[in-house]
Amino acid sequence: MSEVILSVKNLSVEYRVEEGIVKAVNDVSFDVKSGETLGLVGETGAGKTTIALSIMGLLPVPPAVVTQGEILFEGENILAANEKYLRTLRGNKISMIFQDPMSALNPSTYVGDQISEVIMLHNKVSKDKAREMAEECLEMVGIPKNRYAEYPHKFSGGMKQRVIIAIALACNPNLLIADEPTTALDVTIQAQILELMEQLKEKKGTSNILITHDLGVIAKMCDRVAVIYAGEIVEMGTLRQVFKNTAHPYTKGLFDALPGNSLSGKRLKPIKGSMPDPTSLPENCKFANRCFNKSDKCDQRIKLVDIGDGHLVRCVSPLCSEGVKSH
Amino acid sequence: MSVILKVENLKKYFDVQGGKLHAVDGISFSINEGETFGIVGESGCGKSTLGRTIIHLYQPTSGKIIFENKDITFISKKECRELLRKMQFIFQDPYSSLNPRMTVIDIIMEPLLIDGMKRKDARQRASELMEMVGLSKMFETSYPHELDGGRRQRIGIARALALEPKFIICDEPVSALDVSIQAQILNLMLELQEKLKLTYIFITHDLSVVKHISDRVMVMYLGQTVELAETQELFSNPVHPYTKALLSAVPSIDIDEQQKREILHGEIASPINPQPGCRFAARCKYSTSRCKTDDPQLVEIKPGHFVSCYNV
Repeated sequence: MSEVILSVKNLSVEYRVEEGIVKAVNDVSFDVKSGETLGLVGETGAGKTTIALSIMGLLPVPPAVVTQGEILFEGENILAANEKYLRTLRGNKISMIFQDPMSALNPSTYVGDQISEVIMLHNKVSKDKAREMAEECLEMVGIPKNRYAEYPHKFSGGMKQRVIIAIALACNPNLLIADEPTTALDVTIQAQILELMEQLKEKKGTSNILITHDLGVIAKMCDRVAVIYAGEIVEMGTLRQVFKNTAHPYTKGLFDALPGNSLSGKRLKPIKGSMPDPTSLPENCKFANRCFNKSDKCDQRIKLVDIGDGHLVRCVSPLCSEGVKSH
Repeated sequence: MSVILKVENLKKYFDVQGGKLHAVDGISFSINEGETFGIVGESGCGKSTLGRTIIHLYQPTSGKIIFENKDITFISKKECRELLRKMQFIFQDPYSSLNPRMTVIDIIMEPLLIDGMKRKDARQRASELMEMVGLSKMFETSYPHELDGGRRQRIGIARALALEPKFIICDEPVSALDVSIQAQILNLMLELQEKLKLTYIFITHDLSVVKHISDRVMVMYLGQTVELAETQELFSNPVHPYTKALLSAVPSIDIDEQQKREILHGEIASPINPQPGCRFAARCKYSTSRCKTDDPQLVEIKPGHFVSCYNV
């Protein structure tokens, strides 16, 4: 059993805005073990990015308010930590790769200097040494080091994302959070970046949290998966449990809605309706009014239940249980 | 089946700093009535420019566009307006392609009013259109920002259908949507196609979407066609090295499938003043010296399956 390096416990986050209270994250708990990749999958507005920002201590306060829960990293509660401590953590022990490589880099600073900046911030090294280390980082992500002194606009999307990965990994973090790292990229470039992330994970043993809406990317990269819907985890388990023994109707719906996966010819099977308004979430099952498997039993607060072997599902009538293969 | 659109050696160059940007560089194909013709490629390959040139949002540089046996390559503004009765466009981004200061019903009515319909009739027709695309009556007086992406794309579809066109160019119509909503919109488009006998050009970067919806698929790379075939044929027997790499780059959701991945090295070259020879040669592991000097032509290797590569 490998050790737990990050533990999120009963996290709830809301945004208090003019239109009301947006309940973005509701009672979310999960662990990340050392060396593993946990995938957070869900649609727009599910709360994936809010979870990531909470871990980084980067929630925009206000309007964001953490109403309950704690996030333990190396025994310390990040949510209660002061800014000074967080600064020693961010970019050093915990790093994040943002979705949009086009806007995550400083357009008026050399890409190389953006890497050595992080190195100098967290290590007591000379400027020359930092530059040397930054050049190594560039080579590690497959960019020739003679491009150190170039501005981001000279780089394509894929190259920029490589630079961002280099910045994130410059200080050998224990935990890397990647928020939709390849969503803005073309598939052939996505394949390059995913390959690179896999290699680096193997080499450095970093634990990863990978946030995406793309089930294909999850299948390729993750050991465990948490499916998020309306700010809640609705299903969590190993990749095999969630993909092969899908138990929550929402997860099943996501798979069925994918083109190329439907068995019924030309018509796809969409999930009817759309996500509930986050300013007035129902108390009962949040997926009930879109669910094909709805019954009277759904009209209550639903708990996340272990249906066997650590496969957690938030549904009163899960589509299968562990041990009973669905297909 | 009769041919509704024929494109011959179409070119669209843009003048930019440093030379001419060859966005569309000698594309030819024809589309049959009632067909869905998929165009795939990565960003910058010219697929959107191609769609926009066909509908005259851009003036073609050279080549020919023949729609319903009529040459429409170079037409006047008036003729262009005529054309829009038969040919319409659905845009990628339902967030920026709708006027934020108009209500839903006004947006859908606008093309009808421009076309000279009386206000009362236009309103009636717009209501029918909303029903057709599955938008509830209660949204008539809503503004676009009040609706989610799926509903906004329904508005875009209703607006495109207003003048009862036969031919619709859809530019990434579902790329901005979540999968569960994407499936709703794709189903709607298929339903409308059956009901109204529409012909689609479907432009997308998403291979699973194009595979699902298209009858035939054309793969583009840097302004040129690299491969064109029936969907089934293209996905089961891809021939061009780029098509192969593109198909293998899509991560599968089957966790037991051992994917043989062909990772492409390098990135798409610049379309500004491109070098002679195959545009893909620099990234291709099969490229020979000939590939770097001569332009490969699109050759029919099997009935209906065209490839532009020297090494097939």
